[in-house]
Amino acid sequence: MSSSVHIAGVGVISAIGKNVTEHLSSFENGKAGMGEITLLDTIHKGKLPVAEVKLSNGELIAITGLPPQTSRTALLSLVAAREALQDAAIPNFESLRTGFVSANTVGGMDKSEDFFVDFLANNNRGKLRNVFDHECGSKTEIVADQLGITDYMTTISTACSSSANAIFYAARLIKNDLLDVVIAGGTDALTKFTLNGFNTLMILDKEFCKPFDEHREGLNLGEGSGYLVLVSEKVARTLSKPVYCKLSGYNNSNDAYHQTASSPDGTGSYLAMKGALDKSGLKPSDIDYINLHGTGTPNNDSAEGAAVKRLFDPHYPPMSSTKSYTGHTLGASGSIEAVFSVLAIKNGIIYPNLRFETQMSELPFKPETKFIKGRQLNHVMSNSFGFGGNCTSLIFSRA
Amino acid sequence: MKTYIRSAACISPQKTFRSEVFLDNIVEYNGTRLRTIEPDYKEFIDPKLIRRMSHIIKMGVATAKDCLNQAGIEMPEAIITGTAFGCMEDTVTFLTRMVEQNEELLPPTAFIQSTHNTVAAQVALMLKCHGYNNTFVHKGISFESALIDANMLLREQEAHNILVGGTEEMVDTSFKVLTRLGLYRRQPTSNLHLLSSEAKGTMGGEGAAFFLLSDKASDDNLAELSSVKTLYNTSDVEAGITKFLAENELKAEDIDLVITGKNGDVRNDAIYKQLASSIFQNAGIANYKHLCGEYATSSSFALWLAANVVKKGIIPQTVAEPRVNSRPLKKVLIYNHYLYKYHSLMIVSAT
Repeated sequence: MSSSVHIAGVGVISAIGKNVTEHLSSFENGKAGMGEITLLDTIHKGKLPVAEVKLSNGELIAITGLPPQTSRTALLSLVAAREALQDAAIPNFESLRTGFVSANTVGGMDKSEDFFVDFLANNNRGKLRNVFDHECGSKTEIVADQLGITDYMTTISTACSSSANAIFYAARLIKNDLLDVVIAGGTDALTKFTLNGFNTLMILDKEFCKPFDEHREGLNLGEGSGYLVLVSEKVARTLSKPVYCKLSGYNNSNDAYHQTASSPDGTGSYLAMKGALDKSGLKPSDIDYINLHGTGTPNNDSAEGAAVKRLFDPHYPPMSSTKSYTGHTLGASGSIEAVFSVLAIKNGIIYPNLRFETQMSELPFKPETKFIKGRQLNHVMSNSFGFGGNCTSLIFSRA
Repeated sequence: MKTYIRSAACISPQKTFRSEVFLDNIVEYNGTRLRTIEPDYKEFIDPKLIRRMSHIIKMGVATAKDCLNQAGIEMPEAIITGTAFGCMEDTVTFLTRMVEQNEELLPPTAFIQSTHNTVAAQVALMLKCHGYNNTFVHKGISFESALIDANMLLREQEAHNILVGGTEEMVDTSFKVLTRLGLYRRQPTSNLHLLSSEAKGTMGGEGAAFFLLSDKASDDNLAELSSVKTLYNTSDVEAGITKFLAENELKAEDIDLVITGKNGDVRNDAIYKQLASSIFQNAGIANYKHLCGEYATSSSFALWLAANVVKKGIIPQTVAEPRVNSRPLKKVLIYNHYLYKYHSLMIVSAT
């Protein structure tokens, strides 16, 4: 139970790149992924910016080799999961106990919402192939089959903390000696359902989002997927290259305040960060960088900021929200940002928080605005908080 | 360390919720769908909140609260749920308005409550429970994934009392779509004859069941949840079950009762019949889906049944297949499969 879990591979796709290399280049060049809506057929086109993956479904089908009716959620998932598994290059993968733990929030909604238009007009209409794989679990299954996973797969959905919980659950499957290797993360495609949902909550910024800025006005939705390959110590020893780092701490706590809003003092966020530190045996001052949840909504950044202040004051590590690049990728955000955190340790990078101008009046700190490379980072914290009060923090540490 | 089922609460199409009797007076349904019997939710939920809550939230919150009451525990240290389709009522409401109103002037409530973690979140909110909170949404093993999570938390000593639930609501839209996909019977039937009248398709169902899992031994515990495992796309179910039993230092002969996922669909039931005449030829056999219908987390109904069978030492007549077996009920195996792709195995033992 005390053995550590190592990160052997990473893969990511989002509005700023379709693999790890493209992401690192976008970060260094300050290239954000937001823009006008081009893929969704919605009345919000031209009004609300989003961070789309710059590939059509047709292009994603050509890349992945999946059938033409496949949901974009699964298409995005396979691109990043495959990259992660190839990166890990695990010897004798087939002989090991393997698992796939993935997360998403609305399953095949991108197809179901098309089906629903015809179905509403007449319940005997609508193409069944567009709704057959509606369930969140279908997305995981489609990708697991492609990866050759045989022993165990499951899907987690805890709103915007979903894929952080997937990584955390995967690590525990290894620690409990149920599996040797788990590919874990999450995926979400932009849909009209979520775009309209977040729009009704009036938390979408009509401009590009400004996380942790005094004048922030909301979030921009994004899409993508990110995966880590987690391996046991035993498997780590068989690898031909060094692991990236280890997952040293994790915690899942509930804010128990409101279905969608965060408590003013960020109770859940505080408990998650504190719990993850306790798990790793680290002190706040050991953390070298925090990848913030930082959605850019007034409520989230204020609650998360209050929690960071309570835990870290007066010594604040560098921190930033990479959602200023990728937008808020919902169920995928936890694992996309986990990939960024792992890459931060490996490459000594602190990511800039784009478009930051004015420090929040209630907070004694501000996010990092410059791209920093070549710094020794030993411990990186990644925060993911969601609807339903679901708060999760992960800590990655140099192996 | 052992995992005990301290208490269990179940809302189903039968009188299972806060019932004095154990599956007596079975409710008959004629059609292709079974609906849950609704309790008076005012006992469990603030009436002001009930109005805005969808069916799955009400069922989930009421069973969770009743489960805690039975266990005499006010605050669990973790809340974990499993649901394949999640909050369908709110999802369909929001989708319908989005289409009909062309994305304009949409109210947020249905969207807010449509996320799959809403039941676990609402339970946490009502209890002010800041502990571990997770929701699994993987088809026919959603509930099993939640149980595996709870088992690990107990072993890790991260929690000692965990609320685990399986919830699923069937709304008209999902029932219609799943009927078109061929899951249910084309002709109406009686649930009492569902398992004997073999045809293509089964009857749709729904329900919620919550369990308080604990690592503490107590005379009040219902049963021990000895093991949970899922198999995916296996070519040899019999070998998979034998291996699972061996991992638990058991042989097929040690199983006193097998609770199967038989649902009356010819395509579905063959494996259960095969096992009943092979490795389980000497075990008692019980079935449950004629009582609650088929749904992705119906194994939570089976676990409620198994825990009560073991505690009470009786097999209700309505679930028992007529086989000679007078052995004491010490070891019960639940075997259910979901479209023959996901296989779920649980061992429930007398304490």
